[in-house]
Amino acid sequence: MAEVLVLVERSDGVVRKATLELLTLARRLGDPAALVCGAVDDATTALLGEYGATRVYVADDPELEEYLVAPKADVLVTAVRHAAPAAVLVTSGPEGTEVAARTAVRLESGIVTDAIDVTAGDGGPLVTQSVFSGSWTAQSQVVRGTPVITVRPNAVSPEAAPTQPAVEALPVQLTDAARGARVVGRTPKTGTGRPDLADAAVVVAGGRGMGSAEAFGMLERLADALGGAVAASRAATDLGWYGHDFQIGQTGKTVAPQLYLASGISGAIQHRAGMQGSRTIVAINKDPKAPIFGIADLGVVGDAHAVLPALITEVEKRKG
Amino acid sequence: MKIVVLVKHVPEPTAAWRYADDHTLDRTGVEGRLSELDEYAVEQAVSLVEKGLPATITYLTMGPARAVEALRKALAMGGDGAVHISDEALHGSDALGTSLVLAHAVERIGFDLVLSGMASTDAEMSVVPAMLADRLGVPQLTFAGALTVTDDGVTIRRDGETATEEVRASLPAVVSVTDQTGEARYPSFKAIMAGKRKPVTTWTLADLGVDPASVGVAGAATAVRAVAPQPPRQAGTVVIDEGDAAVRVADFLVAQKLL
Repeated sequence: MAEVLVLVERSDGVVRKATLELLTLARRLGDPAALVCGAVDDATTALLGEYGATRVYVADDPELEEYLVAPKADVLVTAVRHAAPAAVLVTSGPEGTEVAARTAVRLESGIVTDAIDVTAGDGGPLVTQSVFSGSWTAQSQVVRGTPVITVRPNAVSPEAAPTQPAVEALPVQLTDAARGARVVGRTPKTGTGRPDLADAAVVVAGGRGMGSAEAFGMLERLADALGGAVAASRAATDLGWYGHDFQIGQTGKTVAPQLYLASGISGAIQHRAGMQGSRTIVAINKDPKAPIFGIADLGVVGDAHAVLPALITEVEKRKG
Repeated sequence: MKIVVLVKHVPEPTAAWRYADDHTLDRTGVEGRLSELDEYAVEQAVSLVEKGLPATITYLTMGPARAVEALRKALAMGGDGAVHISDEALHGSDALGTSLVLAHAVERIGFDLVLSGMASTDAEMSVVPAMLADRLGVPQLTFAGALTVTDDGVTIRRDGETATEEVRASLPAVVSVTDQTGEARYPSFKAIMAGKRKPVTTWTLADLGVDPASVGVAGAATAVRAVAPQPPRQAGTVVIDEGDAAVRVADFLVAQKLL
């Protein structure tokens, strides 16, 4: 069987859950092979093997960290030419999507982005997308070149399929063009200790109805009780109540967690575009006419300031 | 300095979108507008010049006849002129085809800086700026939350979940901006009238020397096999809080195996 190349993403040195999801999907299409940009330790190789990677390609060069996406595209193109895979899978996101885009241009290959499902099909992988703000689904195929597919986090649950991967080093040769955009300053943010928004199984989000920045403390406590991440609507981030990088919606992030709990969010179409793929939606809002109730599995017409503290207590009690 | 701003005419976000028989977006009878996300790029270009950057601004779009409306809106906000790439053969182009045509047009206009929005509000792929940069062989700085431009370079701030990065490139370069760069202006009546008098040039594929076989539905490297309207999410239970909402939500989470 041909290999299916998965671009590995790491956050603080740890392989992202979304990468394990890609390995799980890759098994439907061929033999999963993982491509890592940067040094690899035994634990990383073992983890990739646990999720079915039969081979781990390693492109290790410290320069890769200094630049944005272009060098990673160089590496991915090299890997595709070397391995001739049946398809390339990359996690959707600001970085992955652009690495995939550049790779597609260099290979003259078709690209399908933001897949919510990928299955084997006659003539190549069948890719399902949710389009037009989630109002339609489309199934597409790449008809020229090596299919390059970006997949939304949480499209599948990672499933283990242990193997012993072979490790193979790939040469890194950065083009001058790849060195064009250099990271000249980096201010790390204080870690929240919560999961990455894109990967989180539970997202607790607040909007204008929260009333203040301080009220987001309740959402953080609820998120911590549920092991989830905290997010905000554009209205709340524009008011400065929560960081813009936690904004859900058309101009922010798209998430599809197991549980999306929206508090004080009315649910305008631009917000829904970023969260309506969630498996279960719970909404708390004072306004019974809020559009969010039209898509919520459970809606509570009530004051978040009364419901949330009681809910935190209730969740903590039941977790024991 | 020459700034080229990429803009797109998209359906209103609230429009009822549907597919045509050939699996492309059916735009007939759908109200369109300049993509909200492109307005931020237009605003940045116009304010760079207002702040003293010696530059001319040209807007570039590709699309059917009505795409000119997006150019006129941008010209009302500021800038000098616009180019509309219009050709029947473009219908159904994928991102590879679109970026190929835009690359030819940007080269022909001449550029030091290409600005775009962070995504279109219809296709939402966010791939065209990266593809364009690759085709032009210039650096890309995408998802800029703020930018500064000097004679020889551009520096952006990029806000990520784990860090804020400052990224620098020499010109020419391709930069995409987010809504964090600042509110887009509302053009005055006078500005709208001035915008109507600015030159809009129309180019065809022949003008650009692009082979029609490499674009459109036939030239696309991807094919849509099936489309279906997503069944609307069913509204579930709505309860009115009578002091028991927390218990009911917790019960629900347990029943859904979420707790």
